Amino acid sequence: MDTMEGRVRIPSGCAIAAVISRGGEKMTGETIIEAMKPMHDRSNGLGGGFAAYGIYPEYKEFYAFHLFFDGRATRKSCEQFLKERFEIVRSEILPTRKIPAITDEPVIWRYFLSPLRSVLASLQLDEKEFVARVVMQINTGMPGAYVFSSGKNMGAFKAVGFPEDVGAFYRLEEYEGYSWTAHGRYPTNTPGWWGGAHPFTLLDYSVVHNGEISSYDANRRFIEMFGYQCTLQTDTEVITYLMDYLLRRQKLSLQEAANVIAAPFWSTISSKPMGEERERLQYLRTVFPSLLITGPFSIVFGFNGGLMALNDRLKLRSMVTGEKGDRFFIASEEAAIRAMEPDAQNIQAPAGGEAVVVTVKDGAF
Amino acid sequence: MRIDATGMDFQTLNRKLRQADTEYQISGCCGQRFIAAGMDRKRIAIDGIPGNALGAYLNGATIAVHGNAQDAVGDTMNAGAILIYGNTGDAAGYAMRGGKIYIKGNAGYRAGIHMKEYQEKVPVMIIGGTAGSFLGEYQAGGRILVLNLLESGRNIAGNFPCTGMHGGKVFFRGKAEGIAFPRHVCVREATPDDLEPVKKDLAEYCRLFHYDCAAVLHAPFTVVTPDSKNPYKQLYVAN
Repeated sequence: MDTMEGRVRIPSGCAIAAVISRGGEKMTGETIIEAMKPMHDRSNGLGGGFAAYGIYPEYKEFYAFHLFFDGRATRKSCEQFLKERFEIVRSEILPTRKIPAITDEPVIWRYFLSPLRSVLASLQLDEKEFVARVVMQINTGMPGAYVFSSGKNMGAFKAVGFPEDVGAFYRLEEYEGYSWTAHGRYPTNTPGWWGGAHPFTLLDYSVVHNGEISSYDANRRFIEMFGYQCTLQTDTEVITYLMDYLLRRQKLSLQEAANVIAAPFWSTISSKPMGEERERLQYLRTVFPSLLITGPFSIVFGFNGGLMALNDRLKLRSMVTGEKGDRFFIASEEAAIRAMEPDAQNIQAPAGGEAVVVTVKDGAF
Repeated sequence: MRIDATGMDFQTLNRKLRQADTEYQISGCCGQRFIAAGMDRKRIAIDGIPGNALGAYLNGATIAVHGNAQDAVGDTMNAGAILIYGNTGDAAGYAMRGGKIYIKGNAGYRAGIHMKEYQEKVPVMIIGGTAGSFLGEYQAGGRILVLNLLESGRNIAGNFPCTGMHGGKVFFRGKAEGIAFPRHVCVREATPDDLEPVKKDLAEYCRLFHYDCAAVLHAPFTVVTPDSKNPYKQLYVAN
């Protein structure tokens, strides 16, 4: 077989999938790993990952940091940095399993952290802003260390490899969450490496993304004015920061944030009847023009208590949803939903720019 | 020949379809791509969810899907027929140049994008339910019919139908009310002469999906064609 680059075509496109129990019932990672199997050919083995919500109930008050290190010395100095800012409630090697499909792994650790009150008081920052800044400081200022998960009672797990292998590597069958997202990567603009796999996360927000956004630089220039530093040149990182900025800092609702990043065309807005809805859409497009994301994307945005699925307004990537009982499924392909639940009902393809928000009932997580 | 495709990768499945048999029944299908790509003569029935690019470059074979299909059904197909007893994903009939795609349910975005025709090769796509946005985008030939028979309450088509259309015809059963068409197309009520060339296909569609063809035809139809008096001159550059 001729494997010279450029002479072999690998028919691909990223794959995303998600499942959530609206009743807050726990499921292991095995369900979501099943979803990735029929979509195997959408990835090329250069990245796979998962986000899981509700997996650390015993430590739900603490920020769960997952970090990659290039070696022991980096870990030691990073731990020193963390100790000056947090009480480290627990620190441990993230459990993994040696499998032939996953190689060259970095040093992977997990920390449960509580910000030091004295530090918060002296910086006059709210807790989440402080934690977000620490993540940025490590990821931009500490070569060889990378925080890939930093939320409470949730975690991201990612690696270079096919998603089903990544799931086995991180022993996801041992975790139980009410909500899971997954990604299989086919990197187009950046070399595949562990930190660059999806999901991208900040605090409890996570994004898995299939697409190729053309507004990357416009979005990046805008968001960097607010202290976010895009270090990876990948679309998904900037989408994560846009969502954090709109939701946490601007306090927009999910629906409003969706109307900003996947704003309807002006012609579509002007075809709507005069009234509150039209004014709302006009307002959001006018106030946040630099946060419009153009080009193809389909994303699943995860947060504590729910998921949001969203396509670009032209719907240049596929996305399907389905339901069974209290479970809601989202995936790039219907086959992935059927792999999780053969009898899934109400299979739908949300329209471009139509946000589908699914939340866990109050108090269930 | 029966094929249980459970857990089978798409290459193995397609290799099996290339054996000498002419009738195939695939069960347990879940996302395998390129099923029957380029095939002629054979008849293939599928239970489950075939993957993307079902019947791509199809060259005369007949495929029946007893369920939903995913994206790019009949991509660049040349001849044959694809029958979908459920819904299709996006870009069904992408650059189709001959043959038929009959969909019982709804079509996703960009159905019939860049369909084309040449002399006796006139592709036909019939959608029983509704179509998503960008129906018939850049259509250069062929015929697309959207029937809205499922009474879903949705608009018969989404936003921006027939954008960039410069050949072929799109028919809507009913008056296509509330649909905004671009200024480069003509929208008018279809005459019996307009409908004559598609009647045979419509009769076949109704027979396959158990509709009374006379009842389906007993409604006004709207036909959309490119406006030859308002061509796309100077759309991009002055020349």
